[in-house]
Amino acid sequence: MIEFSLLLIFMIIGAIIAVEIKSLLSSVIALGVVGFALCLIFFILRAPDVAITQIIVEIVVLVILIRATGAKRDLTEVKGGIKEKFALATTILFLVVFSIFSIWAFCDLPKFGVPLMEVSKSYITDGLRKTGAANLVASVLLDYRAYDTLGEATVLFTAVIGAIAILRRKGRKKIDERDDTDS
Amino acid sequence: MSGMTLIVKTITRLLASLIILFGVYLVLHGHLTPGGGFAGGVIIAAGFVLLTLAFGKKLPLSKLSEKAASIFESVGALIFLGVALLGFVGGYFFLNLLPKGTPFKILSAGIIPVCNIGIGLKVGTALFAVFVALIVLRIRSR
Repeated sequence: MIEFSLLLIFMIIGAIIAVEIKSLLSSVIALGVVGFALCLIFFILRAPDVAITQIIVEIVVLVILIRATGAKRDLTEVKGGIKEKFALATTILFLVVFSIFSIWAFCDLPKFGVPLMEVSKSYITDGLRKTGAANLVASVLLDYRAYDTLGEATVLFTAVIGAIAILRRKGRKKIDERDDTDS
Repeated sequence: MSGMTLIVKTITRLLASLIILFGVYLVLHGHLTPGGGFAGGVIIAAGFVLLTLAFGKKLPLSKLSEKAASIFESVGALIFLGVALLGFVGGYFFLNLLPKGTPFKILSAGIIPVCNIGIGLKVGTALFAVFVALIVLRIRSR
């Protein structure tokens, strides 16, 4: 279990760098570090389906973030006043309280992976016979829990419709055209 | 955006078809091996994204135009929904109507491979359409 702690510390450091660094490109790359470490964790937990999805989505998202959102520009620095100090103090207080109570609560959790839940036990014993799919993840995704997959597909469909509708060329204003709402 | 150097173009020419082939393999074998419709679809989209980055926007858009991508996306979504609605013939939503077949063969598991093909088609073309919309159709007056 030592590798989990190392990977988690690695992910936390990557996330903090991604928030704090000035250059937007470095921030996006540091965010990629978090995703790849998560992919390694999925591999160690023996979940190859999720690991494949995680690594390939991470790559595509990195490419889109770097290439499509103009990440080469630098961030304008925000001057922090008394308000930002108050927000920082509140966040730290919340984190301390949350950690104390979560450590308290996690002491009572059962060991990782045991005992097997009722539902997953029935998936493992009956999944192959009932659905005929050798990959049990596919049988859960597309047979037992197909409603969830349908909802996820709908979410993606709506997102793509929105992106194309906003960015399409037809409804775009000319460069020198004035805004009607100004006058 | 007219493409990258000769090295990138040569490597991409060798790799892009293999990447897309691997995506298709993941989609078709989704019920047998790790992978499935979503991962395979994203890999197919990543192959087209690689083509766009290496050769500029002309080449991939001549193979799969933006309008075709959006049509394919709708077709994939309709395949998935149609399979789900087909279950009402036998009783309820998402009923596994088709014969199960022998496990560990490519023709098995009833509706699951069909759903995988639908999702793969949908996800692959949808992500490529978003990428095209974000990169190629962006405002040029900057």
